[in-house]
Amino acid sequence: MKNNPVLRVCSKVLFAPIILYGLYVQFHGDYGPGGGFQAGVIIAAAFILYGMIFSLKNLKKVTPPSVVHALMGIGALIYGGVGVVAFLNGGEYLNYNYLAADYAKGQHWGIILVEFGVGLTVASTILGLFMAFAGFEFSDYKQRKRR
Amino acid sequence: MIDWITHLPAIIVVVPLLMAVITALLPARFGWGLALLATAGSALASGIMMADLMTRWAGYRLSYHLGGWAPPWGIEFAVDHATALVVMVVSGLGFVATMSSKSLFMNEISHHDLGRVYGAWLLTFGGLLGLVMTADAFNLFVFFEISSLASVTLVAMGSGYDKRALIAAFNYLVVGAIGATFYVIGVGFCYAMTGTLNMVDLAVRLPEVNDQIPIYIGLAFMVTGVMVKAAIFPMHFWLPPSYGHAPMAVTTLLAAVATKASLYILVRVLMTIFGGIDPLPQLILQWVLIPLSLMAILLGTILAIYERDAKLMLAQSSIAQIGYIVLGFGMGSLAGLQAGFIHIANHAMIKGGMFIGLGGLAMAAAGKTKLDGLAGIGRRMPLTATGFLICGLSLIGLPLTAGFISKLYLVSAVINAGYWQIAAIVLFSSALSVIYLWRLIEVMWFTPSGSGQSRLPEQVMIYVPLWMLALANIWFGISASTITEISYGAAQVLMGGMT
Repeated sequence: MKNNPVLRVCSKVLFAPIILYGLYVQFHGDYGPGGGFQAGVIIAAAFILYGMIFSLKNLKKVTPPSVVHALMGIGALIYGGVGVVAFLNGGEYLNYNYLAADYAKGQHWGIILVEFGVGLTVASTILGLFMAFAGFEFSDYKQRKRR
Repeated sequence: MIDWITHLPAIIVVVPLLMAVITALLPARFGWGLALLATAGSALASGIMMADLMTRWAGYRLSYHLGGWAPPWGIEFAVDHATALVVMVVSGLGFVATMSSKSLFMNEISHHDLGRVYGAWLLTFGGLLGLVMTADAFNLFVFFEISSLASVTLVAMGSGYDKRALIAAFNYLVVGAIGATFYVIGVGFCYAMTGTLNMVDLAVRLPEVNDQIPIYIGLAFMVTGVMVKAAIFPMHFWLPPSYGHAPMAVTTLLAAVATKASLYILVRVLMTIFGGIDPLPQLILQWVLIPLSLMAILLGTILAIYERDAKLMLAQSSIAQIGYIVLGFGMGSLAGLQAGFIHIANHAMIKGGMFIGLGGLAMAAAGKTKLDGLAGIGRRMPLTATGFLICGLSLIGLPLTAGFISKLYLVSAVINAGYWQIAAIVLFSSALSVIYLWRLIEVMWFTPSGSGQSRLPEQVMIYVPLWMLALANIWFGISASTITEISYGAAQVLMGGMT
């Protein structure tokens, strides 16, 4: 599809605004509708658009599968890590009040970090799913079997 | 300063779940070590929690408010005697299964995949612990999903040498999803009528609206969903294939702990959430669960007799054993619940041990568990085979083993409730189970081996966990008071919700 000028130009124009909109949804999530889940899907959609227009091979250059796999786990670790920090500071697991000196600041930090972790995991998981389905070849499957 | 005892409920669940992510990220060679560390940590924490709980009165309830939000608004982890017993069984058996898993995985799963396999392994383990511990009806659904999606992955890993594992895993996925959906629909109905998700709060609010039809629809959906997950006849059909074709270590983990957690949820839903609506739980127990459990007992035992593959034979026998547990619960009496909880603990030790032993034997028979392939293996691998035999004798309920205690309490509970015909069926099926065990013994000891008589190498990390469970079977068969007392406390807790 990369030989079609309309698709090329449109996707190039859209790529950055989609990510920007994703970030807006991400940071809006503290106070209003939005948050990590939605933002993650939107950001992943930008990369999927790129992958669909400019081939999976180029997408894998932009976001190597190993990095995507690592980010899935790291996002979850950030979420869990917030809980562990709250716990080590003397509160219950995931009690944001204990993250900073005063409760309001703690709640603020807690929700931002947790949403960031969620966003990271969701974006990379959606991207990983796309790459797994788009890149599925029967030869891969046979190779796995032999190994 | 952190007060560790009060934080134990969170630690038990969070450690394996976080370790699952770390295990999946780190190179494969760390997989087993980290999994062992996490399961050992959870088992140790459960042990401490149980010891602490044993010193308190039976109605004591340790409540943990996740995120500092007090129930009924926030999610609560609650531990009473019933929870502590099941958490102990799940974490203890999970630890033993993890010990043996490295040797069992060796021939079955590519070394590269081990990191992520142990990630899924720990997710299953942590998910099951959370499932048991949570006191929030919706959070329970989330843990259902965590544990069942992770265990579907594990079952599918058997596809490296047995393609049928893929079909089994797909069936397990679809059936498990249907079960979880039914459960969550039921929760939705109850939430619509009461506006709360906390189990204790639901128990208070549901009787206030007991003239409303939706809560009964909700009850039906919830119970059906959990019955699918717990593999109670006639919703058991996913279990034998997925146990039979999964990697041996995965079968060990699932058979020992997965259905136990769901069985506990079943009795929780009926007795705690709906316990306040007086005759209803008793009616369901008596008219739905007892007949189904009897069918499960007979059908599972008879199918096990005709099975030609040792692994499938044990899987079919699990259906019957689940039937025994449900029958105990179905009595709806203190003694019946006690018998059910005793058998949850004992059957976990029995089946865990038998699958570990069978895995060790199958490794020598080139991974095959067909009965013919195991000919004469008992004399060639005496350590593993003897441990397997002890667990097997416990399965049929030989005196001086844990299985005998289970049967004793179950039969006496049934007779005390006045159902002597049912007691006869239980004893009859116990006698039938001797047949399939004897088929194993005959093949393993009395059939000459086709490929020589020499001793075969035995894996240390298989016979050590196996003998741990075999000795536990004997120990709890002779000095049963620990389990019977805790089970009594557990039964009291659940009956408390029914008064």
